[in-house]
Amino acid sequence: MTTKLMGQKVQRTEDQRFLRGQGRYVDDVHADPSTLHAAVLRSPHAHARIVDIDMSDVLDVEGVHLVWTHEDLGSLSPELAEPLPLLIPHPDLTQGRTQYALAREEVNYVGEAVAFVVAEDRYIAEDALDRIKVTWEVLPAVVGIEASRAAEHLVHEDVPDNVGARSEQNTGDVEAALARAPHRLQLELDIERSACTPLEGRGTVARWDADTNRLQVWTSTQTSTGVRAAIAVKLGLDLGQVDVITPDVGGGFGVKVMHPWPEELLVPAAARLLGRTVKFTEDRREHFISSAHERGQVQHIDVGFDDEGRIVGLDVMFWHDHGAYTPYGLIVPIITSTQLLGPYKPEVYRVVFESIYTNTVIVTPYRGAGRPQGCFAMERTMDKIAAYLGKDRTEVRAANFIQPDEFPFDQGLIFQDGRELEYDSGDYPASLEKLKKLIGWEEFPALREELAAQGRTVGIGLACYVEGTGVGPYEGAHVHIETSGKVKVATGLTTQGQGHATVFAQLVADELGVRFEDVEVVTGDTRRMPYAVGTFASRAAVMSGSAIHLAAKRAKEKALRIASDALEVDEADLEIVEGVVRVKGSPESRLDLGTIAVLSNPLRYAFDEASKAATQFAVGDPGKPPVAEDDEPGLEGKDFYSPQRATFASGMHAAIVETDPDTAEVTILKYAVVHDCGHLINPMIVEGQIHGGVAQGIGGALYERMAYDPSGQLLNASFMDFLMPYVTEIPDGIDIDHLETPSPLNPLGIKGAGEAGVIPVSAVVAAAIEDAEGFPITAMPISPSDLHTLRQEHTS
Amino acid sequence: MKPAPFAYHRPTTLAEALETLAGESYAKVLAGGQSLVPLLSMRIAAPQALVDINALPGLDTIEVSEAGVRVGALVRHADLLADPDVRRVQPLVPAALAHVAHPTIRNRGTTVGSIVHADAAAEMPVVLSLLGGSVEAASSTGTRTIPADELFLGPLESALRPDEIATSAFFPALPAGAGVAFEEISRRQGDYALAGVAVVVHGDSVRAGFVSVSDVPTVVDLTGVPDDGLGEAALAHLDPADDIHATADYRAQLVRTLVRRVVTKAREAAA
Amino acid sequence: MSEELHRIRLSVNGVTREAEVPARRLLSDALRHDLGLTGTHVGCEHGVCGACTVLVDGRPVRACLMFAVSAVDTEITTVEGLTREDGSLGPVQQAFAECHGLQCGFCTPGFLTTVTACLRENPDPSHEEAREMVAGNLCRCTGYQNIVKAVERAAEIARAEETPSEARPEEVSR
Repeated sequence: MTTKLMGQKVQRTEDQRFLRGQGRYVDDVHADPSTLHAAVLRSPHAHARIVDIDMSDVLDVEGVHLVWTHEDLGSLSPELAEPLPLLIPHPDLTQGRTQYALAREEVNYVGEAVAFVVAEDRYIAEDALDRIKVTWEVLPAVVGIEASRAAEHLVHEDVPDNVGARSEQNTGDVEAALARAPHRLQLELDIERSACTPLEGRGTVARWDADTNRLQVWTSTQTSTGVRAAIAVKLGLDLGQVDVITPDVGGGFGVKVMHPWPEELLVPAAARLLGRTVKFTEDRREHFISSAHERGQVQHIDVGFDDEGRIVGLDVMFWHDHGAYTPYGLIVPIITSTQLLGPYKPEVYRVVFESIYTNTVIVTPYRGAGRPQGCFAMERTMDKIAAYLGKDRTEVRAANFIQPDEFPFDQGLIFQDGRELEYDSGDYPASLEKLKKLIGWEEFPALREELAAQGRTVGIGLACYVEGTGVGPYEGAHVHIETSGKVKVATGLTTQGQGHATVFAQLVADELGVRFEDVEVVTGDTRRMPYAVGTFASRAAVMSGSAIHLAAKRAKEKALRIASDALEVDEADLEIVEGVVRVKGSPESRLDLGTIAVLSNPLRYAFDEASKAATQFAVGDPGKPPVAEDDEPGLEGKDFYSPQRATFASGMHAAIVETDPDTAEVTILKYAVVHDCGHLINPMIVEGQIHGGVAQGIGGALYERMAYDPSGQLLNASFMDFLMPYVTEIPDGIDIDHLETPSPLNPLGIKGAGEAGVIPVSAVVAAAIEDAEGFPITAMPISPSDLHTLRQEHTS
Repeated sequence: MKPAPFAYHRPTTLAEALETLAGESYAKVLAGGQSLVPLLSMRIAAPQALVDINALPGLDTIEVSEAGVRVGALVRHADLLADPDVRRVQPLVPAALAHVAHPTIRNRGTTVGSIVHADAAAEMPVVLSLLGGSVEAASSTGTRTIPADELFLGPLESALRPDEIATSAFFPALPAGAGVAFEEISRRQGDYALAGVAVVVHGDSVRAGFVSVSDVPTVVDLTGVPDDGLGEAALAHLDPADDIHATADYRAQLVRTLVRRVVTKAREAAA
Repeated sequence: MSEELHRIRLSVNGVTREAEVPARRLLSDALRHDLGLTGTHVGCEHGVCGACTVLVDGRPVRACLMFAVSAVDTEITTVEGLTREDGSLGPVQQAFAECHGLQCGFCTPGFLTTVTACLRENPDPSHEEAREMVAGNLCRCTGYQNIVKAVERAAEIARAEETPSEARPEEVSR
């Protein structure tokens, strides 16, 4: 009997390729000398007008095939000369602005694309960039939230006060609630910019096939269908002329869901014009100065609460630095403003945010997408309430939890997908109990005392979060059983390391009753599944997982129907085991799925032994059409999954940190995670996602930030100075416990897991440092130098 | 991030190398390349020619005598670090080398190259200074010995002339009864230090070299300074600066902490 | 003016390969674009991330910090060279699969080459030594937990292969 693979630690199929060096990442596609290479001239100024671009020296460079500035774009396609799309419009985004594929008259951040070169190789393309002479009129730069709010200078002349959007949501009269609350506190918080920084940057390869008048594009993206639609519109092609294939992707974490990047349009345009394969591979410096950042927010919180710490009124105002343009709309601040509430139910909540312009790189979602900031705001508030009341921090949280019998729980807000923020399920008190045990919450005071006797300083902190995962609108899947019995599965969203080829194959093997080894999954190829949304918001398992489960069910239904005809037994008496349909109780009466696939497709021509059996003189009732009116040939199943709303995963983290009394170095001694993403498909992969998220969170809490100077130069645009952690900076061991509260919203009871690990880390680490040091930690990330400065301030 | 074009020479004798170097108007010597190649790839440096000395014979030797350790220009950090005789004769060399970047970089990077790169944030220039070592420089007109205290002229600026190749560095042996120690603090393990301290204690003499807290590798004589005054005495000769990773005040705090720790360790080693 | 090309012979994974490259061609690019060995990945081109790590004369070296013209007279091993002749995975590769030591797989080749060389030098690392072996390579996906496990597991597999009677492949569900 086949055991269910759902819930098993199945080893990943994709690893066989990766471990042999046979992964196919975008820079590996057409890695041969005939491919041409692109490079982009990027603005050296944060804010400047382009007076003149002199390219006279460039075309002399041997090996240069093409140089474009904005002036050249209109003749390629009128749409290409227009601003890039504003992907997610919102009524509150009254002053949305997007950049051009190549800057037209003005640049608004260091790194903005100004000119585009295609040459024999990347070396020569960079030589050509060195010869482009741009005359600039440098304008005052607006850098940082404070400067943007002061609005002494404007990023865009026609955007007053640098405010792109002002948005408000409330669940009642917060001022009245605050007025009646027995206690009130205020907090001012600050989170700096960071970025996804996948090990593989962006990249695009395009090939124009003049024989078929079609464009083929490989791009390192989190949404192949999105890129495809954008290319078609911008290059004036029919959608049917464009194929977008997502090769192996070397990490995404959000930055690759932004699209189309200028190069995703310019490379295909160049390939079409030149009739040659053209490749753009972003380098590391470019990734820092031209790919998206996130996280930068300043927050003001006013909270009213009762003697138990229950929140009566919560009034939040925050300023979100969205950089120079708003191509991704208000998604990040909307998520902060809604997911801030976490597992809690304040009586009345009001949130107002301003999404503001600065002369810096654009801001689009980075793993967590605004939730780390929201969690920071809420959890720092909880800690401050507890300190004020002299209560245990876990008690104050427990007093505010939504209880298990209160689901579904409507928070009374509108979420990022335009739908009600209604939590589907969860058990927060149970999570907290698990976490306290895992970290040793009750035992900590004794530990602290013991270490203090040795002259060591330690602190403990915790934070809770709820994460809306698996947002719509939909995903689809196609399952095709070949006459060999092999099962080919396609879903449209893309993969960047989550093990989709494995977990989706687990689902198909389970539902269809085939061997895991016989299932092959393809993601992100618009030739195989043209309808899809993308991989973001921890949605792949929920959305494509559910769609694949449903599509496998369709294929199974068809297989059983055909088998029931052929074997002349009732469908209910059939089962599929290891790829064979057999009669329950008499397994000798059987048909393998390959044979059923043959039978499903009446043929005129035979090409092998199997297909002979399906030719016109071999099968079929001469009195009926070979394919029934309501049927179609082939053993396939296709379905889409489109839930009414997102499903809500949750979790809680805690850490014990040590701070060095002399050097202010911070060491995480213990890190504990309790995680609830409903049923687990593959616990090994879920834990891997948590490990990675926590490490990214530690990076964000203690090491990584974007260091802009006042003129808008990014001072740490390298891995030398942007301090992504090595193993030596990550705790040796992350303790994980799972709770499995199934989602009622999808057939598998699953919730997303991709982003969870990163969300509460800054809040946890800040709380633990605060506990160790005895003064408030209100700004993250925090370096030893920052902590040293705080110590000086608090002792003087 | 690709280098600009350059002419490439791979001489097989030192004489040929020196002649080639003398004939180029702007050439760089390529040994390990672990500092040079990133500068070329970022086009921060764009020399017209590279003289690759990796094929020169005889420069990859470590000569250990009772007088000290002579390190050839092609000796990789990793080999010097692993050499038991070096450890015996001058333990400060391996103590500091263990902090030079990551092992993979040490497999290719050369100690002599690191010294003549003259980076005050690097470990080996200050170790050479503290030990009173020297560098042997050759040019088409002859050879000369540059003592460490004449080698480091300014930030990333050494006394090596453009037509010279540093063929070896010499680290004097540790006198009997002396003790050494090295410690540094960096943001991530393997990063350039925010501050680092090397100490040699010999009898009453206490001398310390400092990493990343001055423009040039700086050695301070701390002989006779009471333990609680070590930090301030050192800081009087140093000039820690603000950067994106740390404030000057924090670096000063690290100097105070490290110098006490490292002097103590060096005394223990001497005992 | 066209750039001078150098005809070079590189010995990669035991095979001598010829290429014609300009002096400035980085070894990483020569391996990938001139020799088609795309298993070596380029993550930063300034020597920090370690994705491009290959073995030069058996020692881990950043391929992005070497010029191809300077790599003549050396023996280079890339990730492709870690797979056995019969196509099966070597001990380090096996261990990474068993321990889920990779996610997107982009940094993985640099880890595999580095760990292979380190285990040759120290076949029985302590836990702390296992962590040190991978301390110069960046991974953005895994949080390193399973990579360290994989190093320890690889040592176990390699030792078991030395003494076949002790071979005990970890239980694998598929």
